This record gives sequence, C-alpha cells and structure tokens, in this order.
Amino acid sequence: MSLFRGRRILAGAMTLVAAAAMTACGSKTTDEGGATGVTADVSGDTVKVGLLNSLSGTMAISEVTVRDSIMLAVEEINAAGGVLGKKIQPVGEDGASDWPTFAEKAEKLISEDRVAAVFGCWTSASRKAVKPVFEKNKALLFYPVQYEGLEQSPYIFYTGATTNQQIVPGLDYLKSQGAKSVYLVGSDYVFPRTANKIIKAYATANGMTVLGEDYAPLGSTEFGTIVNKVKSSGADAVFNTLNGDSNVAFFKEYKSAGLSAAAMPVVSVSIAEEEVKGIGTQYLEGQLTAWNYYQTTPGAANSKFVAAYKAKYGADKPTSDPMEAAYVGVHLWKAMVEKAGAFDVEKVRSASDGITFDAPEGLVTVDGKTQHIAKTARIGKIGADGLITEVWNSGKPVAPDPYLKTYPWASGLS
Amino acid sequence: MTAVTPAPPSTAVRPAPAGPVPPGRPAGRSRLRTLAGFAFGAALLFAVAPLVLSDFRLALLAKYLCVAMVAVGIGIAWGRGGMLTLGQGVFFGLGGYAMAMHLKLADAGPGGMPDFMQLYGQLDELPLWWRPFASPWFALPATVLLPMAVAFGLGSLVFRRRVRGAYFAILSQALAAAMVILLIGQQGTTGGTNGLTDIKGFFGYDLDDPVNQRMVYFIIAGTLLALLALTRQLIHSRYGELLVAVRDGEERVRFLGYDPASVKLVAYVVAAGMAGLAGALFVPAVGIISPALIGIVPSIEFVIGVAVGGRATLLGPVLGAVAVAWARTALSERFPGTWTYLQGLLFVVVVAFLPGGLASLWALARRRDVAAQPQRRGRLSLGRRRAERTEVPAA
Repeated sequence: MSLFRGRRILAGAMTLVAAAAMTACGSKTTDEGGATGVTADVSGDTVKVGLLNSLSGTMAISEVTVRDSIMLAVEEINAAGGVLGKKIQPVGEDGASDWPTFAEKAEKLISEDRVAAVFGCWTSASRKAVKPVFEKNKALLFYPVQYEGLEQSPYIFYTGATTNQQIVPGLDYLKSQGAKSVYLVGSDYVFPRTANKIIKAYATANGMTVLGEDYAPLGSTEFGTIVNKVKSSGADAVFNTLNGDSNVAFFKEYKSAGLSAAAMPVVSVSIAEEEVKGIGTQYLEGQLTAWNYYQTTPGAANSKFVAAYKAKYGADKPTSDPMEAAYVGVHLWKAMVEKAGAFDVEKVRSASDGITFDAPEGLVTVDGKTQHIAKTARIGKIGADGLITEVWNSGKPVAPDPYLKTYPWASGLS
Repeated sequence: MTAVTPAPPSTAVRPAPAGPVPPGRPAGRSRLRTLAGFAFGAALLFAVAPLVLSDFRLALLAKYLCVAMVAVGIGIAWGRGGMLTLGQGVFFGLGGYAMAMHLKLADAGPGGMPDFMQLYGQLDELPLWWRPFASPWFALPATVLLPMAVAFGLGSLVFRRRVRGAYFAILSQALAAAMVILLIGQQGTTGGTNGLTDIKGFFGYDLDDPVNQRMVYFIIAGTLLALLALTRQLIHSRYGELLVAVRDGEERVRFLGYDPASVKLVAYVVAAGMAGLAGALFVPAVGIISPALIGIVPSIEFVIGVAVGGRATLLGPVLGAVAVAWARTALSERFPGTWTYLQGLLFVVVVAFLPGGLASLWALARRRDVAAQPQRRGRLSLGRRRAERTEVPAA
C-alpha cells in the first residue's frame, strides 16, 4: 500500500508547467552592455532625484542626518532657480538598513521614478548591493561616506574620504606624535577588516607594531574582554573602527578600566559630532578623530552651512562629515549637470573632471578618473562641549587614491 | 531538482493504522477542484502577472515567490508538524550561497577567482571548499541537498532527544546566529557582511537583460507551483495525517507504535530543502545573497509571513508570505518614514483578529454557511486546532 496516493493527472500537469517554465523565453544574445539604460525623465519643468537612506533599522540614526542635509542642499538649489532651470523634486526611499532592500529601492528609483541621480547609502554592504543596479541601468549614485577604498565604479561618485584621505593621515599623525605601537579595535564587517589590513601594511612599512586586532559584532555592547586586552597590551595608541552603538559601550568600558586619552589615545574614524552627543563627552573628551570636516572648520562656506542647517532642523543639531559630504554631493552634481548642459549620465560623467566647489570643508575638486574628490584631511580632538576641534590638517586637499597606488607599502593590497 | 520525495517512516507501514482514519472525501471532486486551483494559479502567475506588471514589479514578484517557497516549507514543518522553525534562514542561506558561489565562479571564468577574494582576502588561489562549486553538477544539487543534509543531521540529534517547543525554536535560531557570525568572520572567502553580490550571468544568460529576468521569474513561478503540488500530495498522504497527529499528540502517537522523531525529521528535512531551493532561485532573481538575508531577523520574518497567511493550510503560507512582502514594499514606498509602524500594526491586527491567518477568511465565510448545522461543528471538540487540521486547501 502506497503512502502517497497517486494523482497522475496532477503530476502530469505539474510536469508540463515545470517544463514550460524551464524552456520559457530566454535570450543569450544581447547587445553590448545588456540592459538598455533607463533614461531619466526630464521632460517636465522638474527633475527628480532619488534619496536612498535607511530611515528605519540600526543605521537610521546616522542616515537620517544625511537625508536631512541632502534635503537642505536640494532646497538651497531650488531657491536659487534649480538645475538647468528645472526645480529638483526629491523622491525618498527607505533602505531599512537591509542591503537587498537598498538594491530593490535603487531599482525602483531608477526604473519607476526615472530619477536623474540618486544620493545616499552609508554602509559598504549597501553600496556593494546597489553598485550592480547602477551599473546595469547606467544611472548615477553619489555616495557620501568615508569608506575602505579599493573600489571605482563608473556610475558612483564618492564624495566621502577614501583611505588615503582619512586613515593614512590618521596614522601619519600618530607616527608624528611618536606612537610606536597600536591596537586595532573594530566592528566585524567589511570596512574595519579592510581598513585594518591597510593599517597593518602601513605599520610594517613604518616601523610600528600592531599589538592586537579585535572585532566585535555590529551592535555588540560587550567590551570587557577587548578593553582588558587593549590595556594589558600597553600600546601607544588605539585605532578604532567600531561603528554605531558599540562605541558607547567601548568608551564606557575604556574609562572604567582606567584608560584615558592622555595615557592611551584612541583615534576613531566613525565618530562624528552626532555620535559624540550619543556616547557622552565625559567618555570621549580628549580622544582623537580623523575626518575631512568638523562643525568647527573655519570658513564662510561652513558658517553658512551650519547656520542654514540649524535654522532648518534645530539649534541643537550638530553637523558632521558624512552630512557635509552628502550636501557637497548634491551641489557637485548640479555643477556637473550645468557644465555638461544636460542631465544625460554619460555627459555628466565626462563633464565631472575638475569641477570644484567651495564646500564647508574647504575647496574640493572632482577627480574625473577615479570619480572621488580631493579633500583636506583633518585630525580633530573631542572637546568637553561635544564639538571636535582640529589639531592638524594636511594643508592642502589630498588627491584621492582609492587603490593606494602611490604608496609603495600598499603594493600587495590590491 | 524538485524531486524531494520524503521516505516513508519505516514504522508507518502497517496495513491498518490504529490512529484516526482521515475523513473520507469524494476523491474525484477534490481532485478536480485541486486541478482547477492549480490551473488558476498557473494562469495568474504565467499569464496575468507578466502582462500587467512592469519588469521591475515582476522582478519583485519573483523575489516574493522565493520567500513563499520558504513559507511552504515552514507550513509543513510548523503548520502541520508543530515545529516552530525560527532558523529557516540557515537553509535559505545554504542554498543561496551554493548557487551564488557557482554563479560567481562562472562569471569569473575558468581558473578565475571572484573579485572580492583578491580585494579582501588577498588569496592567490581559490580556497579548497569553493572548488566543487565550479561545476553545476555539484552546485545545483547542493543547493537542495546541502540544506537537507544539515537539517537531517540537526534533526536526528534533536528530535531523538525529544527537544521541542521553545527549546527547538531557540536552537534553530542559535543556528542562524552562528551561521551569520561564521560568514562575516570569513570575509576573505565569503564576502563578509557584503555577501556575494554583482552576479552577472545565470548559466550563460545575461541577468542584466530584462528578457532573462523574465525567464528567471518563470522558473521561480513554475518551481513554486511544483512545490505546492508536492506539498499537497504530502499533506493528503497517510504520512501527512501522521504528521498532524504527531503535532497534536506526540506521546499518543508514540504509544500507538509510531516513531514521532522520524515523522518530524522528514517534515523538517523537506522544509529545509524547500528553503534551500528558494535561496538558490533568489540569487539570480535579486542578484545578491548576504548574511543580512539569513540571520535571526529574516528567519523570523519568514515565520511571520506564514503566521499571517495561516500556517496549517496549503495556500496560507504562500498568501501570507507574498502579502507581507508586498505590503512591506508598498508601505515603504508610500510612507518611507513611518511604514515600519504600519507594518507592525498590520501584524497585530492579523494576529489579534484573524488568528488562523488570511487563509481562515475562507473558512470564516464557510463557517457562516455551516452555522445552520450546529451538530457538525459540535463534534469537533478540539475547536480551532481541529478546524485547522481538517482545513481543506482552497486550491
């Protein structure tokens, strides 16, 4: 007696359906480049741009501030007459801190809303998830966050720092301060792991010792063990690539273990003004950060940016590096479009080289070859008021070098 | 590749089962209704959807249908077998990674290495455990067999020891967490948090081409229908009745001389195979597989879809999974700032007012007709549980 009573008709029908599915139309021959790039809809008197940030999930706390500053730039441009006479119409989507969602929303913005450019993404994983979408559709993304380098997509403009504009200057600064050994602490994801690879190569070439390397899962708040290891290592400095909430737990533990900025300074690359507020200045005072922009950066452009931001979102809202880079991205896109005289992606790309903008962080220049921008590196010290004051800068904008080709010690990295 | 015929439990071959005999049903009518249901589903998926949906929406539907495949499996393991599997992401991930590894290697060409390995791992040659995946003859069966093997190993240990209820749920969730940590830690060979992205080809077909995306959709829709047919056979077989009996009274079934552990094991392994297949098809449809898709949160989301749809029915899990995924997209597009609240509200409303899930709407409508004959309902002493068990699938 069979346990599975035969239903031959049903089985037959299913086989047919399956066979139909397998042989369903598929074409192996496609014109070069596959999909025909979706062209942006610029027929009306407005031009749509996409805003793709996480408004929910773990990354929301950081990415919402980026969304706010993109909106500020859009309003400024619209108030000044728009781009090529067209007002910008922002279309917002929530990436939800989930990488496949980022890809889905990017596709939606490009193919359904037919936006002329997209501004957003924060984590490297979200950028990696949307990169094929932008390349397939030949659409533009402006990515505003410092990242681990080793990437150069023709359809992404990187307005945050690459490693030679942030991490390498940070290490140079530590070296100039006489640090002979470092301890590496980071969150367990791509940026810290890649950054630490670069740091180790730098250390080897510059006579520094890496005394330890520890990773905590994203969102982890358990740092007792790691801080004890850091303390007993006796390193001259700590290089911190932790992201998000973990910093709160790490610095609390750091202080309660009796460590301080004077005894063992920590250089952080993911703590900006917004995060300082969240962690608490009592834990952070005197610690170092490496960025390209601080709220305190001097200059008329920054005073205007900070004042406009506070007027729009509240006097207690700080401005930070990724926010500034996002703001700069929108203005750079406008300049590129106006130089090209069209919204067409390929024209915008070829017009990009040499575009400059008097940004809050100082003068920035687009490098058309790498599609990164030249930025001034700045090391800052966190003050008791929660603001970061610059203690060193590179003097002039550092040319972007995402693959670290001009650094002999990095030859094995890419 | 969908030949996931579970072996009948050895103890179950008795001429006259001592358990309750499944209620007799006019076989001819039921078969006709099922056929009509499948024909309707096939027409919807193969004719209506491709005609009315844009390429982008069709690709989204393909993604939802993959989630629905996982849901069908959960429907068997949880709805029919009572095993709350909060770790289906693991099996989804195994299938997805097996497929993505093969496609990445195919993209890289013979002797090539996936781009991220040089970038993050600085490897000079392909790691040993990647090599078999270069062959489609290994990778394709592996997408289903690997998850099934893992489920078999885990299930044999767990069900024999009579681990169940919350303990089983916690265990399955721990497995999901462990797998995510493992994948992220091995960035050089697994792509870390980024996962495997930028998949360009699918067995020689360029995935950037909308025509080929359409083909992937048809494959997914066909596979889902095939899985539904398989599941229907399974739950209407004697094994299916036995599974429900184990769910409702494991000790009683054991007392009757059956081995509940192997009954549950089969359902768990079948569910794992379905999740693996779903993961494998998700990769060409979406072009990415990453730890974010297989951890605790997505594993719970799979179960939420099933709960919303109605776990004990055939179509409930599919409806629920598609409805939840669709609502997620629709709400987040319309209300990017507040959609998470609305989604939460939706779950609360469904669970509070429709505990049997969306599929119970059908039963509710029928119950109204049946209300005229109270003696029929009065016989069902176990109330809703019993109603779930004898639920006739809508298709």
